[in-house]
Amino acid sequence: MGTIDKTPQEYQKLIKKHQLTDSKVKNFFSAYLIGGLICLLGQVIINVLISTGIPKDNAGSYATISLIFIGGLLTGLGVYDEIAQFAGAGTIVPITGFANAIVSPAIESRQEGYILGLGANIYSIAGPVLTYGMLSAFLIGLFKLLL
Amino acid sequence: MDLYLMSFLVGGLICGLSQLFLDYTNYTPAHLLVTMVVTGAVLTGLGIYDYLIDIAGAGVTVPVMNFGYILTKGVLNEAQKGGFLGLFAGVLEVGSIGVSASIIIGFLMAAIFRPKE
Repeated sequence: MGTIDKTPQEYQKLIKKHQLTDSKVKNFFSAYLIGGLICLLGQVIINVLISTGIPKDNAGSYATISLIFIGGLLTGLGVYDEIAQFAGAGTIVPITGFANAIVSPAIESRQEGYILGLGANIYSIAGPVLTYGMLSAFLIGLFKLLL
Repeated sequence: MDLYLMSFLVGGLICGLSQLFLDYTNYTPAHLLVTMVVTGAVLTGLGIYDYLIDIAGAGVTVPVMNFGYILTKGVLNEAQKGGFLGLFAGVLEVGSIGVSASIIIGFLMAAIFRPKE
């Protein structure tokens, strides 16, 4: 048997380090799985709509609306947050997560009133996303116009 | 290659990498979403995003990065036609559906459901 050459503190550190790496690997794959499945669902919706004769561009738009609806509904039912605990970024990054980021603060703040509560907080995460999205789109357009 | 497979693989990869971003930095999901949107806008400006959509379909149109794509796409379309004014007119041209659907559906859901205990 080998001799133990580490103090209990060093062991704790070692254990913690490995657990962290493990959970980060696990988090990566949970996010990959659920995020991938949500994207796959989007592709299924698009293909089903195209097969019913809807033009490709419109099918994409309907799929976006459907996923926003699904994300919003599951958030309202309290299911989305439970999936999010397992999937992390897998539920944040798809458009369903954007719907979640809109509905969740809006529900929580509804008791502060429909105008200053729900109406204002519906943008608490959507606001920064839209602000910087619009700003970067504008700057890229300006850059291309000047070139 | 099959779009079903590619949408899963590419969409999943984007989500997995985003999880690493959250795990290895102290940034919040809001920072992540903003980063994704700006990344999408830059990839569109570089002309890469259209190509990504061709190979991965919903794998790149479902992640929030797509907001950056549609906002920039609108600006580039309109700027080509209307010059300077198009920079303003185009921002929500393609993005309008996603933005208004999110807010309208978001409002309805928030008005119907009660906060979780």
